[in-house]
Amino acid sequence: MLVDPHPAHFVRDPPHKGEGKAAPRLTLSGISKSFPGVRALHDVSLSLYPGQVTALIGENGAGKSTLVKIMTGIYQPDAGTISIDGQAVTLPSAHAAFGHGITAIHQETVLFDDLTVAENILLGHAPRSRFGTIDWRTMRKNAREVLNTMGAGHIDADARLKDLGIANKHLVAVARAMSIDAQIVIMDEPTAALSLKEIEELFLLVEFLKSEGKAILFISHKFDEIYRIADRYTVFRDGEMVGEGLIRDAGQSQIVRMMVGRAVDHIFPQRKAEIGAPVLAVSGLSHPTEFDDIGFELHRGEILGFYGLVGAGRSEVMQAISGITRTSSGTITLEGKAIVPKSAADSIDAGIVYVPEERGKQGVVIGLPIFQNISLPSLKRTSKSGVLRLAEEFALARSYTERLDLRASSLSQDVGTLSGGNQQKIVIAKWLATTPKVIILDEPTKGIDIGSKAAVHGFMAELVAQGLSVIMVSSELPEILGMSDRVVVMREGRIASVYDNKRLDAETLVKTAAGIAA
Amino acid sequence: MTDTPAPRYIPDRLDKPLNAAIFSWEALLVAVAVAIFAVNSFASPYFLDVWSLSDLTFNFTEKALIALAMALLIISGEIDLSVAAIIALASTMMGMAMQAGAGTPVLVAIGILVGLGCGAFNGLLVTRLGLPSIVVTIGTMSLFRGIAFIVLGDQAYKGYPSSFAFFGQGYVWWVVSFELTLFLVAAVIYWFLLHRTSFGRRVFAIGNNPVAAQFSGVRVGRIKFILFCLTGLMAGIASVLITSRLGSTRPSIAQGYELEVITMVVLGGVSILGGAGSIVGVVLAAFIMGLVTFGLGLLNVPGIVMSIFIGLLLIIVIALPIVWRRVRRERLT
Repeated sequence: MLVDPHPAHFVRDPPHKGEGKAAPRLTLSGISKSFPGVRALHDVSLSLYPGQVTALIGENGAGKSTLVKIMTGIYQPDAGTISIDGQAVTLPSAHAAFGHGITAIHQETVLFDDLTVAENILLGHAPRSRFGTIDWRTMRKNAREVLNTMGAGHIDADARLKDLGIANKHLVAVARAMSIDAQIVIMDEPTAALSLKEIEELFLLVEFLKSEGKAILFISHKFDEIYRIADRYTVFRDGEMVGEGLIRDAGQSQIVRMMVGRAVDHIFPQRKAEIGAPVLAVSGLSHPTEFDDIGFELHRGEILGFYGLVGAGRSEVMQAISGITRTSSGTITLEGKAIVPKSAADSIDAGIVYVPEERGKQGVVIGLPIFQNISLPSLKRTSKSGVLRLAEEFALARSYTERLDLRASSLSQDVGTLSGGNQQKIVIAKWLATTPKVIILDEPTKGIDIGSKAAVHGFMAELVAQGLSVIMVSSELPEILGMSDRVVVMREGRIASVYDNKRLDAETLVKTAAGIAA
Repeated sequence: MTDTPAPRYIPDRLDKPLNAAIFSWEALLVAVAVAIFAVNSFASPYFLDVWSLSDLTFNFTEKALIALAMALLIISGEIDLSVAAIIALASTMMGMAMQAGAGTPVLVAIGILVGLGCGAFNGLLVTRLGLPSIVVTIGTMSLFRGIAFIVLGDQAYKGYPSSFAFFGQGYVWWVVSFELTLFLVAAVIYWFLLHRTSFGRRVFAIGNNPVAAQFSGVRVGRIKFILFCLTGLMAGIASVLITSRLGSTRPSIAQGYELEVITMVVLGGVSILGGAGSIVGVVLAAFIMGLVTFGLGLLNVPGIVMSIFIGLLLIIVIALPIVWRRVRRERLT
């Protein structure tokens, strides 16, 4: 790692001193971006200053990733302007953004595993020999120089990237940014997969980039990191910018409030919870890497919310309970009987269904019509001795699509032609049609429009009223607070806390999930 | 949601416009078949004769039997390139059994069981070890045929019992051969299996989205394993027919059949990317391939030209739907 904690260049005066005085290097203004059915960004602005770190803060779905994709030329904004050093620019492609000196370091770094470190650093602008071929010797020399300047001389320029740890891969990504003389560096949750020691080393690197006068955008959910490294902050909520300023002028609580406080955009269904006996009991559930010692109870007629940061292990726990992944230890008890689901088919038979988060990848089968999607997990019931009965399938599909108020021209329509919200209704309908005892909804309203959200929420209320039990994994605070009877907060693969949803407030949840002492 | 208005009614299906039926792939295949039939009858005076037409069916029935199972396999997103090698291995095993004095029923059983066993071997490698089927079956293609070459060298097994000849040479009624009858019966069975059973539905689901299918409780591995077994089984049956028709076994038997089988499946409208296709299309494609090769034969076109033709046909039928889709998408966006 960074062997020398204080490389020589750290003492050098940063080229741009004084916070806020310098002109912004990159300015985004009035940026809007919509996807079919979803407004991802609305009239947001952001400025990045040379030699400063700006933290971009917001809940999942606040529009941070969309903004990064616009800055790196992957998405085109519907409206708004981008300017670098006062000059308006367009970023029609990733290549163009790269050419303007904008580079991004992602959670999973987008480098090439099978190429060497030197190749990764200099790919696309490799030194050429007289004959137009790559000048390998100069390339290695340049790569080594860049690594040395950064204090990362311990990385072998000839090593294959795949043999490096994530922290070192980040260093290579930064070296690549240095080698193209990138002036704007976007770090999108760079610490998510790092150990504490590696995070410290990454911070040294950020300090170095600051001293080199780079304008840095730092995205993180972890407040201690933001306070440690950032000079400024910008807060996004629901695709809009709700606050910005100098980090030293803002307290944690103030920022948390900006993140979560919102106008009531839709009213959650009123319901009288009639909580019954325990239905599902999980105890000591562990997985070698994803989660550890998970235990909770779910009661009849209850909605149990699971809140946490991305990567806290919520989906992994749910997939283990529903037989999709295996566990290393622990027990799952459904209505007093221990079950060991070995496949999704087993847990569906037992009465536990999992409605996955990745609608397109794991939820719907695009290419098949609506009614065939809905009957897929229930084919045993809609067929007789293995022979399909179309009338039964249509009846099943009709009863659930009508309850969910699906908008489609016919039940034989390909699900691929439906909007996200309507696809989500199909996904929920298909698992409900198996008449489960427990339904696990993973981010049930992620990326769908307000109208469909309300339909899904109304339907959840109806389900629990009928005695079903619901686990709802969600990263949307209003949804967690508006729908849950109790809330389990997970952090780093463990259950951090369980709250009764009485006078529970968003700040408590955010703080528990992020590990800030309340 | 008690006071929401009455839910809107969604019809089961919309009436398909007439031109959807006219412009379907199957309709196109029928038109092509008629056209080739017409060309053949003009080109050769010997073509329009019941015995000529009956002989014509021998050109494709053996391959088409395998194509039926291969269609399901390709729809599920897998492929089996080893089918011709399975024929060679099964035929060699039948030859060994024949030399050891086995009678017709035992020979048939051996042919079918060896095919089934080879299919199961492919299936295990793909589903248990999670290897890509194209790699596995290129390997087993060499393996199975290699065994046949080791056993036979440049020799051949001859002298199958006369009762064994029925399967490849016999007629059920007048000009209707046993092979054709078996193919038509198998086609009906496979049509039913693919289009009318929950098994067939799951095959389509796997081909379109294996992850979502697994999440929906479809036992993806088990179904793929069964499909490899079925493909092996059909190759075993084809091996019995071809060995019986030729009356001998050489290690080079059925060389290159796998490409013709796959061409048949793809020409029949099965997506090479998986997820879509129909048995009716495959049956039509089988007849078209038979008509074309027989027509070229009548015109004394040499074999090498035929294989060029098959190669071109394969590229065209794979490229056409993909190019077509791309053109349509570009027009939409």
